[in-house]
Amino acid sequence: MPIKTMRDAINEALHQEMARDPSVIVLGEDVSGGAGGTSGTRDAAGGVFGLTRGLLPRFGADRVIDTPISESAIIGAANGAALAGLRPVAEIMFSDFIGVCLDQVMNQAAKFRYMLGGKAKAPLVIRMTIGAGMGAAAQHSQTIYSMLTGIAGIKVVIPSNPYDAKGLLISAIRDDDPVIYLEHKMLYGEQGEVPEESYIVPFGEANLLREGEHATVVAIARMVPFAAQVVDKLEAEGIACDLIDPRTTSPLDEDTILESVRATGRLIIVDESPPRCSVASDIAALAAQKAFRYLKAPVAMVTAPHCPVPFSPDLERLYIPSPERIEAAIRAAVAYK
Amino acid sequence: MQLSREAMLKAYRSMVKIREFEERLHLENPKGEIPGFLHLYSGQEAVAVGVCEHLTPRDYIISTHRGHGHSIAKGCDVGLMMKEIYGRRDGLCNGKGGSMHIADVDKGMLGANGIVGAGQPIAVGAAIACKLRKDGSVSVSFTGDGASNQGTVFEALNMAVVLQVPKVFMFENNGYSEHTGASYGTGAKDLPRRIEGFGLPVFHADGFDFFSVHAAVGEALAVARNGGGPAAIYCETTRYFGHFEGDPMLYRAPDEVARFRAEKDCLMNFRARVTEAGLLRPGELADIDEEIAELIERSVVEAKAATRLTAADLLTNVYAAY
Repeated sequence: MPIKTMRDAINEALHQEMARDPSVIVLGEDVSGGAGGTSGTRDAAGGVFGLTRGLLPRFGADRVIDTPISESAIIGAANGAALAGLRPVAEIMFSDFIGVCLDQVMNQAAKFRYMLGGKAKAPLVIRMTIGAGMGAAAQHSQTIYSMLTGIAGIKVVIPSNPYDAKGLLISAIRDDDPVIYLEHKMLYGEQGEVPEESYIVPFGEANLLREGEHATVVAIARMVPFAAQVVDKLEAEGIACDLIDPRTTSPLDEDTILESVRATGRLIIVDESPPRCSVASDIAALAAQKAFRYLKAPVAMVTAPHCPVPFSPDLERLYIPSPERIEAAIRAAVAYK
Repeated sequence: MQLSREAMLKAYRSMVKIREFEERLHLENPKGEIPGFLHLYSGQEAVAVGVCEHLTPRDYIISTHRGHGHSIAKGCDVGLMMKEIYGRRDGLCNGKGGSMHIADVDKGMLGANGIVGAGQPIAVGAAIACKLRKDGSVSVSFTGDGASNQGTVFEALNMAVVLQVPKVFMFENNGYSEHTGASYGTGAKDLPRRIEGFGLPVFHADGFDFFSVHAAVGEALAVARNGGGPAAIYCETTRYFGHFEGDPMLYRAPDEVARFRAEKDCLMNFRARVTEAGLLRPGELADIDEEIAELIERSVVEAKAATRLTAADLLTNVYAAY
């Protein structure tokens, strides 16, 4: 099977879905780039991280729409296009910018189906980058999915590897509900096997990456490869863990997590978000509610601290949960009597 | 208004400081010691300095993601700025903000901003404070051509007019909204007229010419400082580097920047104007060039050697730690 980066896997999914379905459109800032420039070069950006490269030359400017810097209008237009029968894939360059257009996400997209009595659907996808690690500071580094997961009416998808990235994005585009699709910037270069052909990874089905009897580790986005590294190291010492990537935090595959926790009795959640009202605390609550009598140790959360993402790499490194912190948390949970 | 010798030397020093700072960052960045994104202001110096030479520390400015020039023009210390950009503990924001979040509230610099169009409403609020203080102070926002299409900017323009606050909107069109030409993203072919449509006077300036910007800002401030409500200035300029450092600028003609540097450079224009008119001597300007080169060299050396942040700094400046 071909090896591709997560960046290429996402780009391939966009190409394939646009080729398959003429109702799919892409819109956002610099998704092609170069319009109105002096070089005459279109596709001068192909998305600021290169995710939408090649779409405009192939599918044309009617379907690959460079927008002004106007996030509210981008998501508003995606909402309207979706209500009118298209399948827009809107790009918000950094998930932090959702602050500019949150009304269109939480009061509009998220509400259409229910509020209109099931008579409308809004099949849009909002692609955004998340995550710290680039020294991009407080307004370009947040993970934001905890807040979004709390909004009823939108699905939240967070791939951690190239295979899932492609299959989940294809699912997102074909889904009849608004889907927020979050791409961790530090994972774009991650490589993995990705089939050439089109395929879907369904929502609400967690990925069990490792199996082990001693503890359950749930990790999200970039924390999945971090946790896998630690789980593999501990395996060599005889500490065996289940490693679960939920892949979608809304809908959440509760069954896979609970089944594992009931078997291991020890749960460690790794999440690059601040801890309060987070996906991590949500999963911890799930275990407390539905697997209480199986727990042999307090649920552990390895998270970022409750502060904005610091600029200085010296602090950013401390902000991001590290393999060392993950290892310590697993060891403590396993050792707990 | 004829500027005094001292005022011209001061303006020149400020413009050279910005240029040297930015050109040096462009050279330092590939060495890998500067974290994150850099959006450089080289080429646009006449705009920031043309505005800020009118302002005092009582007046406010709010900047953009391309904020180094505005910060320097408003009097932020370049040594502390450099340390901030290198992410050091005694940087201007203690290493927690970085290039995109440089601020110095004591100097009336309310911050660069990572969110396009976020600053303009904030500047309206600062103008409310100026109005209540009744001391003639004003608030100035800098807005690029890209930000001029954000809803927040429309709201800020309208609210400033409704509230008749002492607010000046400086629109500096550098030709490119990130990787897209400014003409593409702005539907109105005449942006100043669109701004005027909000109900405030718009003064025009040549963004390559310090004296032109300075004169137009003087007119706008005469409105804002004297109870006439908000005013705007519109100018066109250029940036010499990419949207961010590392941007290959595929959207620009290959010789475009070289042509601007050779034909329209604001520092070149300034030098020619003041020396040909016999207002300043070439030697005086050369002395400033040398002085600033030393200042910037020192700031880089000191930034690289400055104290790094440690775990003890992670959870300072928070009201609750979890």
